[in-house]
Amino acid sequence: MNIDDIKREFPIFDDKIQNNDLVYLDSANSSQKPRVVVDRIYDFYTKEFSNVGRSVHYLAVAATNLYEQTRVSVQKYINAKDKDEIVFTKGATEAINLVANTFGQKYLSEGDEVLLTELEHHSNYVPWHFLRKAKNIKIEFAEINDNGEVTLEAIEKKITNKTKIISVSHLSNVTGAILPIKEIVQLAHSKNIPVLIDGCQGAPHLKLDMQDIDCDFYAISGHKMYGPTGIGILYAKKKWLEDLPPYQGGGGMINEVKKEGITYGELPNKYEAGTMATAQVIAFNESIKFMEKIGIQNIEKHEKELLDYGLEKLRKNNSVNIIGNPKEKGGVISFTIEGVHPHDIATILDEDGVAIRAGHHCCQILHDKLNLPATARASFGVYNTKDDIDKLDEAINKCKKIFNL
Amino acid sequence: MDLKDLYQEIILDHGKNPRNLGKFDNYNKDAKGNNPLCGDNVHVYLRLNENKKVEDIAFEGHGCAISMASASIMTDMVRGKEEKEVKEIVNDFLGMIKEKDSLETNILKDDEKTKLMSLSGVKQYPMRVKCATLSWHTLTSAFDNSDQIVKTEE
Repeated sequence: MNIDDIKREFPIFDDKIQNNDLVYLDSANSSQKPRVVVDRIYDFYTKEFSNVGRSVHYLAVAATNLYEQTRVSVQKYINAKDKDEIVFTKGATEAINLVANTFGQKYLSEGDEVLLTELEHHSNYVPWHFLRKAKNIKIEFAEINDNGEVTLEAIEKKITNKTKIISVSHLSNVTGAILPIKEIVQLAHSKNIPVLIDGCQGAPHLKLDMQDIDCDFYAISGHKMYGPTGIGILYAKKKWLEDLPPYQGGGGMINEVKKEGITYGELPNKYEAGTMATAQVIAFNESIKFMEKIGIQNIEKHEKELLDYGLEKLRKNNSVNIIGNPKEKGGVISFTIEGVHPHDIATILDEDGVAIRAGHHCCQILHDKLNLPATARASFGVYNTKDDIDKLDEAINKCKKIFNL
Repeated sequence: MDLKDLYQEIILDHGKNPRNLGKFDNYNKDAKGNNPLCGDNVHVYLRLNENKKVEDIAFEGHGCAISMASASIMTDMVRGKEEKEVKEIVNDFLGMIKEKDSLETNILKDDEKTKLMSLSGVKQYPMRVKCATLSWHTLTSAFDNSDQIVKTEE
């Protein structure tokens, strides 16, 4: 694959940003959008718009078909058994909240334990914290090791006979560690514990096969997969979606509504109350096609090359400390520079068009454990090149110069 | 935008070696502030005597060069001043960071004003304004003896 050709498919790189060529190293936060995705939103609104699943007129039927086509594309892309196992949400955050809320309602009571890890994003902690408040459940955290990984053993150590659900990241947005999710699922299932995988960082970068991973729930963020904002996916095994109560009430999710009672709709409508992010769902189909055209194996290989190059380059740069050293690692390099706060790094890099993120990356538990208030983070997408990493390295040197290091 | 405006020598100096960093025993007012967006935090301690004069002031915390320098310069500047004067300085400073071109208060000497103006570079960096103002909002909160933690996000 030719990265220059791929990069040209992203309009954001057409023009200078603040007089610089954009070096976008913040894809773990959100990826840029290819033209096909942006155009699809425009075309839908200008030529095809209607609400889905309600009216019988031509546009409504056509829009419904387009909307449902994305469901089938996602199903195939992640190799789910059934299209009804794909629920559209406003993001991965809502997907996790949906599970925590409905599973919590039905299956968690005082003293029960939810097992997370120390490297979870706040979106895979706060929804469970709500249950801690409301139901007096306990939250346990499997520990990270010195490499910034969470091992199967670390998970096993925290499982008790009170553990009712395990919810872990596929890929850490800070250390880049790829968790052994298949093994975690096997272990959990041997103890009859369901598993939710926060796949925000996994889905854009790794091959997904729900039937092989066998997890109960998998949360996906659309905007990190070259898709629009406002769209996420909850994959859930059909038995759970049938078993758990609905999440939000409203139009579209009902079967029959009477003064004395309500019955709920069939899957997947049961979990899609109200008018959904229709244009975004339809445009997300283009993101899937875009990734399929390149091939996830090629994306993985390319990002691995960038990672290896980046790690080698930054390790040679004095005063740069790289956070974590996981054996299985995705395209994320978090780092600090002795004597320069990450926010200062980010501002100085930005001056040269190098866009990174600085802060705790919504992982305060992890940063507390690392005893770091903040880190700087460069993360890769399919459009990045080795040249981007060279520019990152040069900008880091400029930073050191300003701070007299 | 020019990084030299943001990272002036005096900022780098105060950022690297913040004055009045730490905590002293006989403080009678304090407040905490944090910036949830980036995890920066500051805790301001001060001792106000019976004449409402700031006898001593210090801060604890961590953050970027801008936030450390701002807290450092602020604590230097308000020591020995009366509460009323401090509040005027705080308002003047916040006004300058938000919109005004210069400082207007007569309480500060010219060299003090120059020192404070070294923080004006953040105006060009809207995301960094909060770094410069956090300790100042926290100082106000300390005077009011508020238990409320100051947050830069509202």
